[in-house]
Amino acid sequence: MGQQWVQFLAGGLTVGAIYALVALGFSIIFNASRVINFAQGEFVMIGGMSAVSLVATGLPMPVAIAGAVVIAGAVGLLLEKFAVERARKADVVTLIIITIGASILLRGVAQLVWDKRIHALPPLSGDRPIEVFGATIVPQSLWVLGVTIAIVGALSWFFGRTRLGKAMLATSHNRLAAQLVGIDVRKVLFASFGLAAALGAVAGVLIAPITFTSYDVGVMLGLKGFAAAILGGLGSFPGAIVGGLVLGLLESLGAGYVSSAYKDVIAFVIILVVLFFRPGGILGALKSERV
Amino acid sequence: MGFIKNVRAGALVAGIIFAGAFACSGTATAQEPIRIGAFLSVTGPAAFLGDPEQKTLEMYVERINASGGVAGHKLQLIVYDDSGDADKARTFAKRLIEQDKVDVIVGGSTTGATMAVIPLAEQAQIPFVSLAGAVVIVEPVKKWVFKTPHTDRMACEKIFEDMRTRKLTKLALISGAGGFDKSMHGECLKVAGGYGVEIVADETYGAGDTDMTAQLTKIKATPGVQALLNAGFGQGPAIVTKNYKQLGLTVPLYQSHGVASKEFIKLAGDAAEGVRLPAAALLVAEILPDGDPQKPVVVAYKHDYEARYKSDVSTFGGHAYDGLMLVVDAIKRAGSADKAKVRDAIENSRGYVGTGGVVNMSATDHMGLDLSAFRMLEVRNGNWALVK
Repeated sequence: MGQQWVQFLAGGLTVGAIYALVALGFSIIFNASRVINFAQGEFVMIGGMSAVSLVATGLPMPVAIAGAVVIAGAVGLLLEKFAVERARKADVVTLIIITIGASILLRGVAQLVWDKRIHALPPLSGDRPIEVFGATIVPQSLWVLGVTIAIVGALSWFFGRTRLGKAMLATSHNRLAAQLVGIDVRKVLFASFGLAAALGAVAGVLIAPITFTSYDVGVMLGLKGFAAAILGGLGSFPGAIVGGLVLGLLESLGAGYVSSAYKDVIAFVIILVVLFFRPGGILGALKSERV
Repeated sequence: MGFIKNVRAGALVAGIIFAGAFACSGTATAQEPIRIGAFLSVTGPAAFLGDPEQKTLEMYVERINASGGVAGHKLQLIVYDDSGDADKARTFAKRLIEQDKVDVIVGGSTTGATMAVIPLAEQAQIPFVSLAGAVVIVEPVKKWVFKTPHTDRMACEKIFEDMRTRKLTKLALISGAGGFDKSMHGECLKVAGGYGVEIVADETYGAGDTDMTAQLTKIKATPGVQALLNAGFGQGPAIVTKNYKQLGLTVPLYQSHGVASKEFIKLAGDAAEGVRLPAAALLVAEILPDGDPQKPVVVAYKHDYEARYKSDVSTFGGHAYDGLMLVVDAIKRAGSADKAKVRDAIENSRGYVGTGGVVNMSATDHMGLDLSAFRMLEVRNGNWALVK
């Protein structure tokens, strides 16, 4: 029995890191625009599927990954340019609905561009399981965890040290004031979509060897990532990580100790409880203002 | 009234033009063609069923007509796409019966679509051969309804039979949340007792789940587990197989016929080695022994389909082949397309060899397949091998 809970933890961390990566994308766009981008899951899908087809053309893995990130980033920029920016005068709810429409469109296009089959990517460093304290974990999970942490580091540098990052942060705090001090708010929104899409693509590439990828993989991942972002506190990067890991662990422990049939129920009930008592999420600022 | 008259006249003209076009396409016969109606899920979520089914029907109706038709008549195929929607299936079936006046219906890609149409076929007294899987279609027996695919209950029985020869009795089940998964899970629980199989663990996973190590860890810790059965469909079983290897589980792993395709081996990779699953003969056409009665049929169908459509053959298209050929065979024996005579002839099909197995229909069995329709396969060196 001793090693059983270690395995539940290992499984939970693996899934949690995936959710965390998706949640980060939600937070970036939310910070820049207060919009919840429901097409975030589709960015993950585009990343995974692009990498699969690039690898299939014979490109080496690193090139394929870079290519997939560029493709997804471009899709994110196009989405902002042709859908979100045109409706910039509309209120936030309208923009959110636009992203839902975009996600359906992207799924449909993916069916045509690629196919409806399920694909796998080769793992980055083999698939021989590693044993840790009696639990086993595949090397790819460590990649997911490691890259997630690295990305958080890079993001905090970007937002704390660079001009564009600071501009994005300023926009998130007060759009009007940011505009008054000369920040091009439109450019900030544009960049945030590109960044979130590229990040989603990284997630898509990293998780494809574990979860496989197909045109509709973004639906469930998007939903879980969104839940993780809410749980940790929407807009907070450490919150996205914490939210993702907590959600993954809850699911895994719930499936292990309670019942696998109620796995999703347990996770979502906890989210409801957290939102009820701490509406800002675990690490979110406790704001009196309701969004 | 004038408007309705115009519509009627229009329809008549359109009908004449259509009939003319049709007559020109083949060598003109004085006799009426035999109309075969089909409603299939050619698009939508069940497109992987309906697409090969439609292609198969079109190809073989063409071939049969080219070689002179059936009992002196040409065949006319009328296909509608229900896109996996049971309501649409009902509407189209109504149209097939009332407007197109078809002689027989071959169709129904999904169980839902089939069940919606059964009352219509029974009422109109028209032979209906379904291409969907569930047992409920032919159980209880309905006078005018038949089906060609094997059922999930048979898959369970085939697996339990294999377990018996390997002297395994304690089974852990892990199944997904989809309709296919749930149905097979239920059927397996129902027939397990008859084979002396005891279910010692019963776990589930969600539709989009990405990691099943928690469920499998629980199974691993359950005392006495001798075999693992995954009733599932899509990417879930491939993830289960990978997690099974990751956790170092060693009990034999059985998968369902739902993942009986090369894609499963590709996705699960090395982890798939040693996995067993029941599958139709069509999947292993080339490696069937020469004496196998199904070998000529499945090899010919596979060759025809792949040569024409340049894509891999699937068992679903095979169901449509069986449905069409059963009907054609019955019409030949009945000597006409008279609905009651064709129905009786289908019910009297004995020893008909199709892609799904050897069919022996009777008044109490409107599917006519036994467990020999399934082959037990094992993954060896990244390919299928027959388990003797």
